[in-house]
Amino acid sequence: MKRFLLAATAVATVSFAATSAFAGPTLDAVKKRGEVICGVHTGLAGFSAPDEKGNWKGIDVDVCRAVAAAVFGDDKKVKFVPLSAQQRLTALQSGEVDILSRNTTWTLTRDTANGLNFTTPNYYDGQGFLVTKKLGVKSAKELNGATVCVQTGTTTEQNLADYFRANNMKLNAVTIEKLEEVNAAYVAGRCDAYTSDASQLASIRANDVPNPDDHIILPEIISKEPLAPSVRHGDDQWFDIVKWTQYAMISGEEYGVTSANVDDVAKTATDPNVKRLLGVTPGMGAALGLDEKWGYNIIKQVGNYAETFEANVGPKTPLKLERGLNAQWNKGGLMYAPPVR
Amino acid sequence: MSTEYKPHPEDALSHVEEPATVYPVNPPTKSLDLLGWARSNLFGSIPNTILTLVALFLLVETLPPLINWAFISSVWSSATPDACRADGVGACWAVVQNKYRFILFGLYPYEEQWRPVVSTLLYIFAVAVSCNPRFWSRRLLVVWAVVVFGSGILMWGGILGLPYVENEKWGGLPLTLMLSVLGIALAFPLGILAALGRRSDLPVIRSVSVVYIELVRGVPLISVLFMASVMIPLFLPEGVTINKLLRAFIGIVLFTGAYIAEAVRGGLQALPRGQYEAADALGLGYWQKTRLIILPQAIRLVIPPLVNQFISMFKDTSLVFIVGLFDLLNTVKTALTDPLWRPYYVEAYVFTALIYFLFCYFMARYSQYLERHLNTGVRR
Repeated sequence: MKRFLLAATAVATVSFAATSAFAGPTLDAVKKRGEVICGVHTGLAGFSAPDEKGNWKGIDVDVCRAVAAAVFGDDKKVKFVPLSAQQRLTALQSGEVDILSRNTTWTLTRDTANGLNFTTPNYYDGQGFLVTKKLGVKSAKELNGATVCVQTGTTTEQNLADYFRANNMKLNAVTIEKLEEVNAAYVAGRCDAYTSDASQLASIRANDVPNPDDHIILPEIISKEPLAPSVRHGDDQWFDIVKWTQYAMISGEEYGVTSANVDDVAKTATDPNVKRLLGVTPGMGAALGLDEKWGYNIIKQVGNYAETFEANVGPKTPLKLERGLNAQWNKGGLMYAPPVR
Repeated sequence: MSTEYKPHPEDALSHVEEPATVYPVNPPTKSLDLLGWARSNLFGSIPNTILTLVALFLLVETLPPLINWAFISSVWSSATPDACRADGVGACWAVVQNKYRFILFGLYPYEEQWRPVVSTLLYIFAVAVSCNPRFWSRRLLVVWAVVVFGSGILMWGGILGLPYVENEKWGGLPLTLMLSVLGIALAFPLGILAALGRRSDLPVIRSVSVVYIELVRGVPLISVLFMASVMIPLFLPEGVTINKLLRAFIGIVLFTGAYIAEAVRGGLQALPRGQYEAADALGLGYWQKTRLIILPQAIRLVIPPLVNQFISMFKDTSLVFIVGLFDLLNTVKTALTDPLWRPYYVEAYVFTALIYFLFCYFMARYSQYLERHLNTGVRR
């Protein structure tokens, strides 16, 4: 009996491995429903925020659109569920959303105890300091005794205290709850420095202070904030789909495939990597349990990573963010997609 | 005309030896004269004079700059915030001009926003009709049924060639109005039932009412909503969800119902026992007694606390942001995430405050009217 069970298990394992396109419950549910349900931030410019006409825009939003393009071949088949910070983890755990793409830092606790599987960061952020040039400070280490504006109730506040303690500096924190009010306090000169995520600081420097040239962002980044989409534990196939959707966008940039030239590239490509990515050479889609044109659809309808970066947070947008850590791996950044093969 | 007190002619003749006469005191001067009014009210005593001067000083200091900020050097219309960035510019009302559609209607599809407009007007119409005592009859129920049903069709669509709009996309003013109007409509009967239940002789009904009222009153609304939005999904099987809007709505109704129950109970207890006994003596049954004798008198007594409750509920609907719904306040907040317009948040919030004030002020005035109207004959 024991031997029989063992054999049965072995057979089952082999057959399981052979059908790698085994449909997980999430993909089935999504296909049956006809749309991907995506948890997003209720409003964070550049990442996920509704525009004047109520359409969701942002790089977090684009991840979900890309997943819809990969699954359905139509980036419109996605429903956005705006979630507050308190709601976000439960919403994913309880199955209210299929993907959580909401400016969420990848941490050990969330990855384990909270039952989330982070796919791969779509934005590498970190906490920094914005100061006026008049202060004459060149490094965050010189901020001893400085008055620092910070928003309450975020890990930002904790990081700030930790950093000052670790460097034996005296801290006068001015904590304010609302983002607009922290901005106003800094603009009015109530504090010497303003600490927040570097992406946030760049947009404040570009939009809120009267003259951006009077302010600088100090070089020190005091925390790591890899912002990544996540899915529930327990459905590896869905995890793969979201992860590889993001990798397809990153690879697209690496190989120079854009939404504008993807049709030409698909016809004339000689690079086997590109051919596999766009489904000219089949196999990749089947492995994911998707249509062979999944990669083509993502890039055609949503664009590659560089395109969504430029459209939502890049220098031409109000946020005016540089690529920095979010450049490709061969250009000094951290965006590195494993090979599509 | 200011009149000064003059001793009565007879008093002048009275002898000094007589016991001190108590002079009849003239009624306080009721003068329409501006100067007289100012002398008695503003400069009546030294502390009064000081206070008046301080108040005048503050007014002179703040009012002209405020008017200048809000009306004179303000930017009323501009497609980009550049015009607001110039030196010496006051309020940037252009932020409202650029964002009002999103503030008022939230995520509702842009091309379809006439539907929430019509739906809001329907609700305002129904409320206006219901406020007029001339129309108080059973026909009002028909009006309400038509309005609720009609606005439901308008907002959801999916038939009559209207594209379907799921209620996750509803937002702004229509959402706030619907949550409050329908919330009041459901919470009011619930509150009356709970108040009656709490005074019932049947132990089961009484304890259920007491537990409901005390339990709900013992926690803040935000935690009721939080429970509804965060805890409930955890108990349901994966993939099964209750609509967010419905969850929030139920939370609000339960919460407001408990407070209304206590207000109504105050009215019930203020009624003299004789009213109950007289109704019994007439041979009325419990429901007849309650409907015809008790409630009409009890509710009239508690109009001020009831309206107070309605006003606070209207404003409390803004807490549904915790469930991720875009009510009027949350749409402003979201509209202000646009970094271009973010620095002009004060103007956007002032705009929203005006909308809230308009509705709350209407409720307050209406309650005063209602008290006058219903109190004919029993005014004290």
